Amino acid sequence: MKKVITGNYAVSYGAMVSRSQVIAAYPITPQTQIVELLSEFCADGLLDAKFIKVESEHSAMASCIGASATGARAFTATSAHGLALMHELLHWAALGRLPIVLANVNRAMGPGWSIWTDQNDSLSQRDTGWLQFYCESNQEILDTIIQGFKISEQILLPTMLVLDAFFLSHTSEPVDIPDIEVVDTYLPKYNATYRLSTENPYAFGGLTGPDHYFEIRYKMQETMDQAIEIARQADEEFERIFGRSHGLIERYYSDDAELILVVSGSIASTTRDVVDQLRSEGRNVGMLKVRMFRPFPRQEFRNAVRRAKKVAVIDRNICVGFGGIFYQEITSTMYGHRDDLPIFGFIAGLGGRDVTPNVIHEIVTHAETHDTPDTEIIWIGVKR
Amino acid sequence: MRFQIPEHELMGPGHVACPGCGAAQAMRYVLKALGEKTIVVLPACCWSIIAGPFPYSSLQVPLYHTAFETAGAAASGIKAGLEIQGDTDTTVLAWAGDGGTFDIGIQALSGAAERNDDILYVCYDNEAYMNTGIQRSSATPWGAWTTTTPVRHFKNRPKKDIMMVMAAHKIPYAATATVAFPDDLVAKVQKAKTIHGTRFLHILSPCPPGWKIPSEIAIRLARLAIETKIFPLYEIENGEKYTITRQPDGVPVIEYLKFQGRFKHLTKSQMDDIQDMVEKEWENLLSKTERSH
Repeated sequence: MKKVITGNYAVSYGAMVSRSQVIAAYPITPQTQIVELLSEFCADGLLDAKFIKVESEHSAMASCIGASATGARAFTATSAHGLALMHELLHWAALGRLPIVLANVNRAMGPGWSIWTDQNDSLSQRDTGWLQFYCESNQEILDTIIQGFKISEQILLPTMLVLDAFFLSHTSEPVDIPDIEVVDTYLPKYNATYRLSTENPYAFGGLTGPDHYFEIRYKMQETMDQAIEIARQADEEFERIFGRSHGLIERYYSDDAELILVVSGSIASTTRDVVDQLRSEGRNVGMLKVRMFRPFPRQEFRNAVRRAKKVAVIDRNICVGFGGIFYQEITSTMYGHRDDLPIFGFIAGLGGRDVTPNVIHEIVTHAETHDTPDTEIIWIGVKR
Repeated sequence: MRFQIPEHELMGPGHVACPGCGAAQAMRYVLKALGEKTIVVLPACCWSIIAGPFPYSSLQVPLYHTAFETAGAAASGIKAGLEIQGDTDTTVLAWAGDGGTFDIGIQALSGAAERNDDILYVCYDNEAYMNTGIQRSSATPWGAWTTTTPVRHFKNRPKKDIMMVMAAHKIPYAATATVAFPDDLVAKVQKAKTIHGTRFLHILSPCPPGWKIPSEIAIRLARLAIETKIFPLYEIENGEKYTITRQPDGVPVIEYLKFQGRFKHLTKSQMDDIQDMVEKEWENLLSKTERSH
């Protein structure tokens, strides 16, 4: 069924067709509509789930952890300060190897209070052991929830999918909402290998000394390495059933491009338009959209820039004291592989400032007219 | 008198509690009363250690370790997860210390209680952060020494009245208990088990290292806490109906205080002050009991 819905509602529908069983969530702008619609689904019996209206995001994740530990499919959604409040429990969910799915609406951190988009909230959770996907469109949002459960329940690590505040959360687009019965064939009932059960009592998460803890981390990393291939397969199987896929790193006119723009989130849509225009002018520019950020598909990225002469990374985030976070990941990924490849790190669009086609043009022109970057951080559109 | 306490043990002897630990005995009695269809949720507390390190467990029921401040919320999630999968009769037992209940966990507990989620929440109260080495909590009583309230600056605020906090949530059942009266404790757990909604049990649990007492008098002190009216045994139903389950003998508080190193700095007049506070609280409890019957 095709419907014109916002990114937030795409999240709600995604959680519904995935048959989420326990939802625990707390309101925060610009995420609130997600849980509002889910509440209605539950109230109307469209979704057979327990909805726990918790008193904080911290408790939202704690409840999801408890529910997931019983083998139930658990879902939550949040944004910015709510995600930050969950931080401790994001670690807990990942170390507890629980396949929870969380939708985070990317919103800038305060103060000053901002409800507009940037990626510092989710990127601050980079090291918690969650898979992270950055979505470009409302269709991709819905599909990534279904895929997220599919991947997470195979590898027993949680998935966070990310959508830009307002540019996606409150923007309506046509979205194909798949039939729940078809989703069932792709995402069967979760059958937890390890669960809280009085028939088979185990203790989970007890005191773990140096003889064992190290291996917990080793196994997480091993699983994250496997997650790249499992996510790829999940995307391929998705395409076979639903007729569309999204890739882990999407290549757009990048194979023969001299300059490759590396982007994520809704900036990808704008960049796509700019690339089309530049190509029509005969300029050899392409785009890579990083959809999967954790685990980072390093080899796929290296392959994708094999023939590039320059790479320009656009970060809607900043690790203050270093620079763009995608830029860090990419320079680290390329270290020792293409030392001849200049990598430009652009910061744009923080706190929801619009990244327009003109901004992308400015970035392209800068990269085209410099042999190598003058600085580690190139600010675009900042009022100095 | 013959105790009506189930003989079946769900707690093994391999736990690592200190000798005389009230919290260990409390768990043993509570599990006897609840039986095998119980899942225990443990936030950070002494019991995170007592239960035993990976890969061991001293409990024969499932156990989920959760973050310090999350007992209420994690228990709610476990209950929801079980129910949506068709298991409606397993008791979800949140088992937290006083720090995890009175202080850092009070928000999640209040949330669960306000929603009246179907969980049994037990606070085993040893009146300080004992697991980290005896630091003051809001359950530490007036006058007590802890490592963060040295004797020259002992705790000069009364113990938080957690029962009143829980009563204010209008939960169906809240009760106090202690390991010195196991028949009373077990009866309250059995009663709580038959009730749906949030049930709260506040168990005074003597702590020999934290109270600076020899382990062999731990039970005696728990008994004295009741008989001095410092820790009365009572129930509150639906936040309104108060019932005192044991009439205290009215032993002077000095008989309780004098055995404990944590109170040994107190002067006679300070002990008199405590006696006054205890009498006032007891009168309060009596009047609430009378009003509700």
